[in-house]
Amino acid sequence: MIEVRLFATLRDGRGKVLQMDPAVISTAGDILQKLEIPAETVAILLINGFHSKPENPVQDGDVVSLFPPVGGG
Amino acid sequence: MEERYIRNLGALTEEECAALRGKRVFVAGCGGLGGYLIEMLLRIGVGSIRAADGDAFEASNLNRQLLSAPTLLGEKKAAAAAERAAAVNPEVRFEAVEEFVTEENARSLVRGCDAVLDALDNIPSRRILAQACADEGIPLVHGAICGWVAQAAVFMPGDGLLDTIYPEGVNLGSKASLSFTPPFCAAMQTALCVRLLTGRPVETGKLYYADLLTMDFESVR
Repeated sequence: MIEVRLFATLRDGRGKVLQMDPAVISTAGDILQKLEIPAETVAILLINGFHSKPENPVQDGDVVSLFPPVGGG
Repeated sequence: MEERYIRNLGALTEEECAALRGKRVFVAGCGGLGGYLIEMLLRIGVGSIRAADGDAFEASNLNRQLLSAPTLLGEKKAAAAAERAAAVNPEVRFEAVEEFVTEENARSLVRGCDAVLDALDNIPSRRILAQACADEGIPLVHGAICGWVAQAAVFMPGDGLLDTIYPEGVNLGSKASLSFTPPFCAAMQTALCVRLLTGRPVETGKLYYADLLTMDFESVR
């Protein structure tokens, strides 16, 4: 399974940690699509702790973390 | 050692306190983050502070901005910062600039500083500030807030990490901010800044991310 960890407002209506079937996911972007998360609402996308982009591949056992932008002052 | 700094001792050495007195920092913004940053830098005894903000107070600032007050609505935030500095620690050389950070003034605002603190509220201004710090070779102590969430990091000149946490096209959503999020973020930034200014080890390029709703604390490299 692919573990997806969501942070802050991205958890709203989705939960904190999700397990997703690698058979239907090939990239991080597929995860965003399945969870109906618009790409522009994700600032930091980590695959196994490394900064990544939606087009990067993911596979069974990967941990994907998604953080929304935080930009106020 | 002046009595007003006695309680710094034990956590900082006398030499570190003296070092802080010899440092100059720039605070970009005198709003939610900036007000608390200025307060903390004044009280710990950073010798010279320049702070810039072209904005004036409005009623929606009152839920969180330390420098704001009902009697100051319509007044310039930078002017309020100067008044606070004179009241809290008149020994600090404090320069208030009633201007927003722009491409035209950014380099001159940061020039000569030992560290720059990001208290801005939008991504385009942060990119301008980061570029000015890169051009002048000055470390940037980033901070940002949204709702219950605060993040802070130290960026070294030209490391480009601001573009990693704010990729092109990313869209800031909510403008929500609570009374406790700015001081929490400012505390992280001031601690990182004091470590930088006193020569203590600082992990650069590491983003500290705190969700005060769930008390989840993450660090991202």
